[in-house]
Amino acid sequence: MRTRPVLMGLRPVALLAICALLLTGCAAGQERTPGQIRLRFQSLAWQKESVDANEQLVQEWNARHPDIQVDYVQGSWDSVHDQLLTSFEGGEAPDIIHDASDDLADFAYGGYLADLRELLPQRLRSDIPERSWETVTFGRGVYGVPFLQEPRVLIAHQKVLSAAGVRMPTVERPWSWNEFRQVSKQITASMGKGKYAVAWPLKEPVSVTLNLGLSAGGRLFHRRGEDSNKVEVDFTAADGVVPRTIHDQVNEDRTASRTALGMGGSDALPGLFGGKYAMVPLGFSYRQQIVQQAPPGFSWTVLPMPVGVAGAVQGVSPQTLSIAQDSPHKREAMQFIDHLLQPANMVRLARGDWMLPTGLSALADPSLRVRRYGWAVGAELARGLRSAPAQSVRGYPEWKDKVATPAYQEYYSGAIDLDELRERLVEDGNLVLARYQR
Amino acid sequence: MNKTSSLARAGQYLALLGYLVFLVFPFLWLISTAFKPARELGSLHPTWIPQNPTLDNFRQAFDEQPLLQAAANSLIAACCAAVISISIATPMAYVMARHRSRLSTAATGWVVISQAFPFVLVIIPLFLVLKNLRLINTLSGLVLVYVVWSLPFALWMLAGYVRAVPIELEEAAAVDGAGRLRTLVSVTGPLLAPGIAATALFAFITAWNEFFFALVLLKTPEKQTLPVVLTHFLGAEGVADLGPLAAAAFLATLPSLVIFALIQRRITGGMLAGAVKS
Repeated sequence: MRTRPVLMGLRPVALLAICALLLTGCAAGQERTPGQIRLRFQSLAWQKESVDANEQLVQEWNARHPDIQVDYVQGSWDSVHDQLLTSFEGGEAPDIIHDASDDLADFAYGGYLADLRELLPQRLRSDIPERSWETVTFGRGVYGVPFLQEPRVLIAHQKVLSAAGVRMPTVERPWSWNEFRQVSKQITASMGKGKYAVAWPLKEPVSVTLNLGLSAGGRLFHRRGEDSNKVEVDFTAADGVVPRTIHDQVNEDRTASRTALGMGGSDALPGLFGGKYAMVPLGFSYRQQIVQQAPPGFSWTVLPMPVGVAGAVQGVSPQTLSIAQDSPHKREAMQFIDHLLQPANMVRLARGDWMLPTGLSALADPSLRVRRYGWAVGAELARGLRSAPAQSVRGYPEWKDKVATPAYQEYYSGAIDLDELRERLVEDGNLVLARYQR
Repeated sequence: MNKTSSLARAGQYLALLGYLVFLVFPFLWLISTAFKPARELGSLHPTWIPQNPTLDNFRQAFDEQPLLQAAANSLIAACCAAVISISIATPMAYVMARHRSRLSTAATGWVVISQAFPFVLVIIPLFLVLKNLRLINTLSGLVLVYVVWSLPFALWMLAGYVRAVPIELEEAAAVDGAGRLRTLVSVTGPLLAPGIAATALFAFITAWNEFFFALVLLKTPEKQTLPVVLTHFLGAEGVADLGPLAAAAFLATLPSLVIFALIQRRITGGMLAGAVKS
C-alpha cells in the first residue's frame, strides 16, 4: 500500500519521543545538600563579555559560599516583562532579578518586589548617588539596585566633521540645540548631495525625546502633589525644544535623513560607516557594535549630546538588580548583590556591557577614564544622568504605545504640526493616564 | 487555448513566482547573513553573496549558547507533541467527521473559537495548574501544553481529511465482510496516512517554533528550547548580535526543512491515490 511507509516511518520516532518524554519528565529538580540555600539569579546580560563577567562572578561567589549557591539563568530583554509577570503570579520568580528601572514600576506597586531599604548595605547605599536611587524608588520603597546606565551620545565620523571645519563639542562646552542645527547645516553642505549631517534612528521615539528633553528643561509629566502618585501630562515650551529641533532638521533644514527616522540604532550604522551620515545619536553601549563592524580605517569619535538651558542632563533608566518578594532568602540574595556590585566587580560588568557603572568608586576606575572608544566622555557625562521623566508614571507603557509613539512619529515625519502633537500628547495622554490613577 | 487564457495562465505563474520569491527572500538573506563577517554586516551596500564568507558566526553562536542541548530539547518536545496530538486527534476526528450530531457541530465550533484565545489570556492559569502538577520546568509539562494547544487545530484538520475519504469505501468493505476495526485499519487508515503526516508536521512545526510557553514554563538553562535560546542574542531596544543570531536561526530552521523534505512527496502524492477502483 502506497501510504504505509509514512506510518512505518513515524513509528520509531514515536517510540523515541515517548521514551524521551518519560525520561525528561523524571529529570526535574536540582540536587541540594541539606542546609544549603540555592538562589536563582536571572541575568539579562547578552553580549559575550558581559555574560562571561556575570558567570565568573557567580562562580567566584559559589566557590566562596558553599552554603549559599547561586544558579545563573540567562533571560532575555525582549520578553522579560511578560516572563516575570507570569513567574510572579505563579510564585516561581527568580530570587534575584536583573531588569531595567523603567520596567519595575508595575512590579513594585504590585507587591512583587521586596522593598530593599532594610536590606541594603550602607556601602552600596552611599556609593550610588541619590539621583540613581530615585530611578528605583516607587512610593516610599526602594525596589532595585541601579548598577549600570548609559547616556546617549553622538557617534561621529571624525574626518567628515574635521573637513567641515566645525567646532568639536566637549563635555565642558557642548553644542547648544541651536548650535547643533547650525553645525548640522555646515556639515551637510560640506558632504554633498544625498548625505546628511545627522541620522535620528527613532523607531522608538518616546524615551529618546523625553530623556534628551531634560536638557532643555522639559518634564512633560507633572505630579499633582509632593507625595502624590497622580501624574498629568503638560507640554510646555521647554518640552518642545528637542522635538522641534529634530522636526526642523528633517523637514526644513534637510540636515537629517528622513529615512533614518524609522530605523533602530543598529540600522543606522551602515550609513555612518559608508559616509552617508556624519553623526548618529546612540546609546553609549553601541560603541561595541561600532568596534566590531566599522570598516578598517574608519575614524570615529564620541561627542556629548547638545544641551539646552538645563545643561548637560539626560534621563536614563539604569539596569537594576531586585529581589522577589516571595524569595525566602532575601538577606542572602542581598549579600550576593553586594558581592556582584563591589566596585571592582561593577567595573567588570560595566566593561562587559560597554556601559557606565552607577557606583562612584567604580566610575573612578582608571580603565573607565581612558580616551579610547570614548570611555572618558561617557564617564564625564555620568554626572548629568537623572531619572527618566516617565520612570514611575503608572500607565506610561500604554501612553507611550497608543498615544506618544504615533504622535511623535507623525510629527517628526512632518505629517502634523507642533500644536497637534501637543494636543494629542496632553489630551489623549491624560485620558489614558487617568485610567491608571483613579 | 485562446490568447486570453494563455495570458491568464502566464499571470498565474508570474503571481506564483512572486509569491515564491517573497517566501524565499528572508531565508536566503538569513543564510547570507549567517556567513558574513561582522564588517560586512555593517556595510552600506550589502551583497547577496558574502565577499569573505566565514564560519565565525556559527563558531561564536555555539561558543556563547548551548545550542545543541536546546535543539535536543526542542526536538524532544516537538516530536512528543506531534505524536501525542496525532494519537489523540485521529480517532476523535474520525468520530467528528463520520457521526455528525449537534455535539460534533458544537465541538467543531469550539475548536475554531479556541484558536482565537491569545496566549497571555491562558498563560497564568495554565502556569498555576502546571505548578500544582509539579510540571513547571519540565519538558513533560511543555509537551502537555503543546498537545493541548495544537490538538484543536489538528482535530479540525484531520476531520477534513476523514471527510475526504469516500464513505462508500467503508461501506464496500463492510459488504465484503470486514468488521469496523478491520475497515478502519485496512481501508480508512492508509488513505488517511498523508493527512496524518501533514497534521503531524503541523504539530511538530508549531511546537518547534513556539516561544512564549517555553519561555515562561522552563526555568533552568539546561531545559530551554531553541526559540528561547535564540533570544539570548538580542539586547535591549532591539540591538542584536546579528551574525551569531543569523547562524543560530539558520540552524534552527534546518530540522523543519529536513522533515518536510522527507515526507512532503508522500503528503502531496499519496492522498487517495489508488483508492477507487474504476
